[in-house]
Amino acid sequence: MSDVIFIEGGRVIDPASGVDGVRTVVLRDGRVAEVAERVERPRDARAVDARGRWVTPGFIDLHVHLREPGQEYKETVATGAAAAGAGGFTSVCAMPNTRPVNDNASGTALGLARAAQAGLARVYPVGAISKGSAGEELAEYGELQAAGCVALSDDGRPVMNAGLMRRALEYAKAFGLPLTVHEEDLHLVGKGVMHEGPVATRLGLKGIPAQAEEVMILRDLALLELTGGRLHVAHVSTRGSVRAIRDAKRRGLPVTAEVTPHHLALTDEDVAASGYGTDYKMNPPLRSADDVQACREALADGTIDAIATDHAPHSAVEKDLEFDAALNGIVGLETAFPVCLALVKQGHLGERRLVEALTRSPASAFGLPGGTLARGAPADVAILDPAAEWVVDPGRLRSKSRNTPWKGKRLAGRCTHTIVNGRIVYEEGRSER
Amino acid sequence: MIGRHKHCIALADYSREEILEVLDLAVSMKEVLRRPIKKVPSLRGRSIVNLFFEASTRTRSSFEIAAKTLSADLLNWTASASSVTKGETLIDTARNLEAMRPDVLVIRHAAGGAPRLVAEHVGCAVVSAGDGAHEHPSQGLLDCFTLREKLGTLEGKTVAIVGDISHSRVARSDLHSMPKLGAKMRLCGPPTMIPAGVEALGATVHYDLREAVEGADAIVMLRIQHERIGDPLIPGTREYSKFWGLNAKKAAEWLKPSCVILHPGPVNRGVELSPEVADGPHSVILDQVQNGVAVRMAILYLLAGGTESEAKA
Repeated sequence: MSDVIFIEGGRVIDPASGVDGVRTVVLRDGRVAEVAERVERPRDARAVDARGRWVTPGFIDLHVHLREPGQEYKETVATGAAAAGAGGFTSVCAMPNTRPVNDNASGTALGLARAAQAGLARVYPVGAISKGSAGEELAEYGELQAAGCVALSDDGRPVMNAGLMRRALEYAKAFGLPLTVHEEDLHLVGKGVMHEGPVATRLGLKGIPAQAEEVMILRDLALLELTGGRLHVAHVSTRGSVRAIRDAKRRGLPVTAEVTPHHLALTDEDVAASGYGTDYKMNPPLRSADDVQACREALADGTIDAIATDHAPHSAVEKDLEFDAALNGIVGLETAFPVCLALVKQGHLGERRLVEALTRSPASAFGLPGGTLARGAPADVAILDPAAEWVVDPGRLRSKSRNTPWKGKRLAGRCTHTIVNGRIVYEEGRSER
Repeated sequence: MIGRHKHCIALADYSREEILEVLDLAVSMKEVLRRPIKKVPSLRGRSIVNLFFEASTRTRSSFEIAAKTLSADLLNWTASASSVTKGETLIDTARNLEAMRPDVLVIRHAAGGAPRLVAEHVGCAVVSAGDGAHEHPSQGLLDCFTLREKLGTLEGKTVAIVGDISHSRVARSDLHSMPKLGAKMRLCGPPTMIPAGVEALGATVHYDLREAVEGADAIVMLRIQHERIGDPLIPGTREYSKFWGLNAKKAAEWLKPSCVILHPGPVNRGVELSPEVADGPHSVILDQVQNGVAVRMAILYLLAGGTESEAKA
């Protein structure tokens, strides 16, 4: 097998190194060897024809749920990593809300071992902020980091105790780990199941006000001012949240933020249009059109750094239910690129900023390798056909789960090749399911 | 069929004509209920299942009397929590009942949207007998029927709905039907019980009871559920009744003499309505109960595949 991959004719978009134009990319021994306009093809190279396609650094997703251990019927590290590959993602950060919660070195080691066996996307474990994510005692951050964790989170639930949150921010500074926070005030959420507003009122569903998210972000930004450290706000979904983060960044606070493709593309009206469709039930909930607009602007201007999918596989058992009873979340790895590319076509986002938000920005938020095609960088590459149209057939997704609101929808933009560490892990039409 | 609809789930989807189709047929149905022998063979051989996931004596009985008056066979399936705790999903339960080949499935469920989910998975007609805080279409229709009967028309009339609007499916079904018949709607209650953006449904919002009921042609008083107290939507029933309850004194001072008072029942006497008002001249609460049977007969009849001529036979 050749150790050299020669990608020719494609439009290389690498915001990290300022490249946007037709270039040839040479990968050798797991590294980017060269990106240039004219390169002699090495004799032993495996050639990939990328004419008409985009060649970008492999995408990095700061927020996925791989469900292993404990809920392997929804997803495993291997199937999740395969879904990542099919979507152009070469690195994913796996949230710790597995069963048991990843709050110790052995949980982290298990995730890494499964990822190594799969040999697909790079999987970076995220450790818990609190033991069992119960919000009571700090987890062992030093041990988690030594085992391979790149960030800390109690994702799936907020850290309701402000005193614990303060100590977590402080203690994590010793290890330079970012805290990635799931922001919702559970008292304001109550039994809410969708965004509070006229649509929830019409549907008779209990609402979750935007302020449930905003008051927690404001709280944590205030704490960050006290403690320093690194705060990353997961799945931002409201105008007020955007305003708070924008203000904090202006004041120089060390905060980064992410937004999901669905919070950029869908609104609470889609819950109504789908007829209580549970593939439109997620947390945070789909917000108003005004909130969506604010998130799009914030992503475009860099207030929100990264696009992250919050890939949340659930089986039919948890989704073919009353809206009130269904679990939150959707799968996102395999649809993220086309869903976000549609925003480019609608004029909400530039092409380069889109690529940046999937590559360099997430890499820098968590200090991960990759996110660039600079010489010497890891040979993690996505090759994308921005024109290819396809209809989402949940049965053909590589994820084990099928909970996607894009079921049956026609999308434009598709990953054709994904290369991790100089090895093609996904090739359109070739990879087995 | 009711107009274009195979099901009766949400009046939001019903046009004025479709609402009138039910109301007009209910007039004939009410006439049947006044006969000495209250039984017609219109739905003989048809079967109807009452599938109730929430306790409800009056709505269930109303559908039962409606079905029996039309000679349909009726099965009461009280799901309580039993099948749910055994792990059977709503879709499973509905498919199991569907296998018994009913013509109509009447469903009451605590989750908004549940009847719609059932309708997507069964072949028979589905009638919602109330789903969460979404809709209670037969109640909305019987309220319209009662107002038409008492006021002659809803055209140009003002209807005030008072109480816990946020949790009320009755309020939503009234809001989705009465304006289509020409009524103007006012909503009233403590601000904690007014849901976000409800003005979008075409109503004005009032926190002051007097402002809401003065000059109104009809008032729908909603039941205050005890579990809402300390929710914390209101501090208690004593204060609620003082500010949002109707008693004889307020009724005498504020209401038009012709104003009618509706209540979906059961009434919390002394909370939203004092006994003198509940039993007084404005009250049409018992008429609503009888009209409920007539309206439900019309719904079942249209959805179970009866024909107009059979009905009048």
